[in-house]
Amino acid sequence: MGEEDYYLELCERPVQFEKANPVNCVFFDEANKQVFAVRSGGATGVVVKGPDDRNPISFRMDDKGEVKCIKFSLENKILAVQRTSKTVDFCNFIPDNSQLEYTQECKTKNANILGFCWTSSTEIVFITDQGIEFYQVLPEKRSLKLLKSHNLNVNWYMYCPESAVILLSTTVLENVLQPFHFRFPPKQAGTMSKLPKFEIELPAAPKSTKPSLSERDIAMATIYGQLYVLFLRHHSRTSNSTGAEVVLYHLPREGACKKMHILKLNRTGKFALNVVDNLVVVHHQDTETSVIFDIKLRGEFDGSVTFHHPVLPARSIQPYQIPITGPAAVTSQSPVPCKLYSSSWIVFQPDIIISASQGYLWNLQVKLEPIVNLLPDKGRLMDFLLQRKECKMVILSVCSQMLSESDRASLPVIATVFDKLNHEYKKYLDAEQSYAMAVEAGQSRSSPLLKRPVRTQAVLDQSDVYTHVLSAFVEKKEMPHKFVIAVLMEYIRSLNQFQIAVQHYLHELVIKTLVQHNLFYMLHQFLQYHVLSDSKPLACLLLSLESFYPPAHQLSLDMLKRLSTANDEIVEVLLSKHQVLAALRFIRGIGGHDNISARKFLDAAKQTEDNMLFYTIFRFFEQRNQRLRGSPNFTPGEHCEEHVAFFKQIFGDQALMRPTTF
Amino acid sequence: MAAAAAGAGSGPWAAQEKQFPPALLSFFIYNPRFGPREGQEENKILFYHPNEVEKNEKIRNVGLCEAIVQFTRTFSPSKPAKSLHTQKNRQFFNEPEENFWMVMVVRNPIIEKQSKDGKPVIEYQEEELLDKVYSSVLRQCYSMYKLFNGTFLKAMEDGGVKLLKERLEKFFHRYLQTLHLQSCDLLDIFGGISFFPLDKMTYLKIQSFINRMEESLNIVKYTAFLYNDQLIWSGLEQDDMRILYKYLTTSLFPRHIEPELAGRDSPIRAEMPGNLQHYGRFLTGPLNLNDPDAKCRFPKIFVNTDDTYEELHLIVYKTELRPSSYTQSEASISASVHPTLDFCRRLDSIVGPQLTVLASDICEQFNINKRMSGSEKEPQFKFIYFNHMNLAEKSTVHMRKTPSVSLTSVHPDLMKILGDINSDFTRVDEDEEIIVKAMSDYWVVGKKSDRRELYVILNQKNANLIEVNEEVKKLCATQFNNIFFLD
Repeated sequence: MGEEDYYLELCERPVQFEKANPVNCVFFDEANKQVFAVRSGGATGVVVKGPDDRNPISFRMDDKGEVKCIKFSLENKILAVQRTSKTVDFCNFIPDNSQLEYTQECKTKNANILGFCWTSSTEIVFITDQGIEFYQVLPEKRSLKLLKSHNLNVNWYMYCPESAVILLSTTVLENVLQPFHFRFPPKQAGTMSKLPKFEIELPAAPKSTKPSLSERDIAMATIYGQLYVLFLRHHSRTSNSTGAEVVLYHLPREGACKKMHILKLNRTGKFALNVVDNLVVVHHQDTETSVIFDIKLRGEFDGSVTFHHPVLPARSIQPYQIPITGPAAVTSQSPVPCKLYSSSWIVFQPDIIISASQGYLWNLQVKLEPIVNLLPDKGRLMDFLLQRKECKMVILSVCSQMLSESDRASLPVIATVFDKLNHEYKKYLDAEQSYAMAVEAGQSRSSPLLKRPVRTQAVLDQSDVYTHVLSAFVEKKEMPHKFVIAVLMEYIRSLNQFQIAVQHYLHELVIKTLVQHNLFYMLHQFLQYHVLSDSKPLACLLLSLESFYPPAHQLSLDMLKRLSTANDEIVEVLLSKHQVLAALRFIRGIGGHDNISARKFLDAAKQTEDNMLFYTIFRFFEQRNQRLRGSPNFTPGEHCEEHVAFFKQIFGDQALMRPTTF
Repeated sequence: MAAAAAGAGSGPWAAQEKQFPPALLSFFIYNPRFGPREGQEENKILFYHPNEVEKNEKIRNVGLCEAIVQFTRTFSPSKPAKSLHTQKNRQFFNEPEENFWMVMVVRNPIIEKQSKDGKPVIEYQEEELLDKVYSSVLRQCYSMYKLFNGTFLKAMEDGGVKLLKERLEKFFHRYLQTLHLQSCDLLDIFGGISFFPLDKMTYLKIQSFINRMEESLNIVKYTAFLYNDQLIWSGLEQDDMRILYKYLTTSLFPRHIEPELAGRDSPIRAEMPGNLQHYGRFLTGPLNLNDPDAKCRFPKIFVNTDDTYEELHLIVYKTELRPSSYTQSEASISASVHPTLDFCRRLDSIVGPQLTVLASDICEQFNINKRMSGSEKEPQFKFIYFNHMNLAEKSTVHMRKTPSVSLTSVHPDLMKILGDINSDFTRVDEDEEIIVKAMSDYWVVGKKSDRRELYVILNQKNANLIEVNEEVKKLCATQFNNIFFLD
């Protein structure tokens, strides 16, 4: 197994903290993603480290007993510490506010506090075994105000900070889950709303053991913008399928929770879940490997639930060397390999792995490059990659690879890949367009409904594909030109199929390739069917090809004519061909003959050395002068003296048109 | 009127006047180098039709042609005589390869009148035949021969005079019977290709189909795609496609349409098990793919003879949307290696279903086009358009071609005027326009603009020159809007 095979890795710069030991307790706050190292109950110091802030917060507090739970409110404004089962202590970290601790006891009598969660910088929820209590903290008054509460029996709870949903386990089997959602209208007190409760189906278990839903088997995460409750079901309900599975319940903002997806693990043992880049990662401790699932990839739909299999074969997380830092590090000392899938690992959503015994917090990451070779079905690979955050360069390299000589894909596969790219591209263009139209229609920019579409990395436009893939591809001498042209046409076909206007540089690429291989007749046919769209640059390119392929002249003129904005160019082309009369007839046909330069036409006529032609052109302009100015003479501004002299020299003075007198 | 003109000729019930159309008198091919000495003259003759002619007469006729060509060469070394006009006939000369001469002798049309004493008087119409038309026919004879046999020189290299003579005999014996000299006209001069108008997207789909097929069937070298006898795509070079198109549309396709129209469509397809429903079949090659002994014989064709000189096998495959329907698409495929039965089955399985789908796409497009043009009322004019650059040809004068004759819907006199205008155009390089008032209330307009030619026949009794000019302008604006065609 080469290094390029691992598709999961721990982040390079973990959050390091003091290892857990009898005098040092370690806590993790999922809302702020902070690790608290509490030494001797806080008396010898508390160090708080988050993933983003490299400057840890450290402070001391009095040792008032064993700390059960410690968390900052959002923005680190207020610290909450739970030391007893009845009370939570608070301490302000706001400048100018008193730093004296204050305490809140839970309101429900005889209730025990299971824990608490901050839902904003000043709002906190206590979860007790008899319900929940929602408080607003008033730091300046050093007191709390109860906003709302709800009574029910609680076995355990779970909090998802991204979606501000608390899940409570109720009933004897612990498998009825009651979600609460917290909303924070700006500058108002938050609200708490109860969502419909739902039941998790427990697997059939031997009669001797009482089935119950364990907190360990439940996780909450946001996947593709939707909140899911993930349930790790160790034994499948159906007897014929062995192995555990992960059941995904979709928890919508409104409406009931619904079972949507089942991820088949095909193995048993101890598992842990993470969600990274909208992928569900399932770690298996027994084999020390992980698998990933993408619920957007096509699975088997049985009418209500979609079954998914791992996207890729199981692989270990990439081996990790513990970096040696600090003055203790000696240069000769080699880095220590880190024990992966250790039993001391604790996994948090969405992507956090903590080793309390080693003092590390990592973010789990997905590496896309190795996946390219692990997923042979290019269509599925594209579907997978297009959903990933950092996909652009990988997708472009997949495109280059499928056009390379050694790994050349078949045309239908190439077509599928192009279609998938352009599908994504078109979606973005449409969103952009409707945004632009809405703006134009006068909708205010600040309206929350009107959001400028975000261009994700999955949007690969023509210039990306041209720059990174096609321009290098057509340069490859060893490629059969038939294949090169087929690929270019396939890309153009795909763009057209999605009604995306093709940029002229792609057309130029086609023309260049055809010309290089002397395939002028093919080029002619493409132009004949307007496969290569009309544009001035293209028409000019065709003009330049006339010496190799005479019909290019006609093709170019036709194109200029169709553009209908290129009349000047048509005149220039005709004059350069000494087709003076044709140029004049053309400009007269479109009614532009009153504004053209007489000198230009007379010059061209003189160059033909055809005196009768010169006479005709000269006479035409005399008549124009007569009509426009009442006199056949040229004005000095027209700079035609030389031509008048030439005319006289050949045809004599008397041949000049005489002004009509009234 | 047209039918009468075409059908008259030999009819015994014709009135006082009997008309006889032009006819082929003789056709021969010779090489003066093969019998330079006296007594060896017979060796020069490579092919002679009719073969029954007595040997000395053959030698005399060949000698005469040789003499005429030699004689005229003194006056115009680069352009020796192309034709010789006599009272009774016209001779056309063509030297397609160095020292190889092809000669075609056509009898002028005849009018047989009854004189007062009841005796028939024969009158040869010396000025009826157009040189350009029949010179083109003669050149086409060579092109067609070359398409299926390669060059004369190649035959000489392969097996000497003997082989060349055999090939010529085998080819022209049949081919000359299909010449139909009485119905040759302007279109023979052009030797054009009728293109099927198609939207970009459908066209790109066809491109994609062809590219994929050529990729998966790698012995396929070139592909041409036709729909209803009109060309959509040619991978072959223009000159090769031009003659192949002629062969397909005037010979191969008509031969296969007639039995179908009679309802004798081969029921092969119905027996194919597990096959997608499609009505594709081979027009060349095996008739029945299920027959293990089916013969995979495809005609050989020779293309790019000036350059790479490729010898290929011509596979013509055709599908219909419904059996015996008029709508059809044909793919003509040229393979480099001899195709086997197995290959044919693969081709059938790949091309058949896809081609059927494409045909329905094209058919839809065809109906859209028809609806768009059909909304206008029957126009007062007929026209022929030709572009020398891409050989595109469009005619509302000609009816559908049949293997025997190409029918025109206008009087032959008008066709002759068109030919005359064309001859005038050939003389000058510059763009020009000719308007002719014909005897029979018709106006005939010829326009030439940058290698394009347009001929319009208007039936407007009392129109004057200006009105006719306006009418043609209107026609150009509607029919040729997207090209640069000077008014």
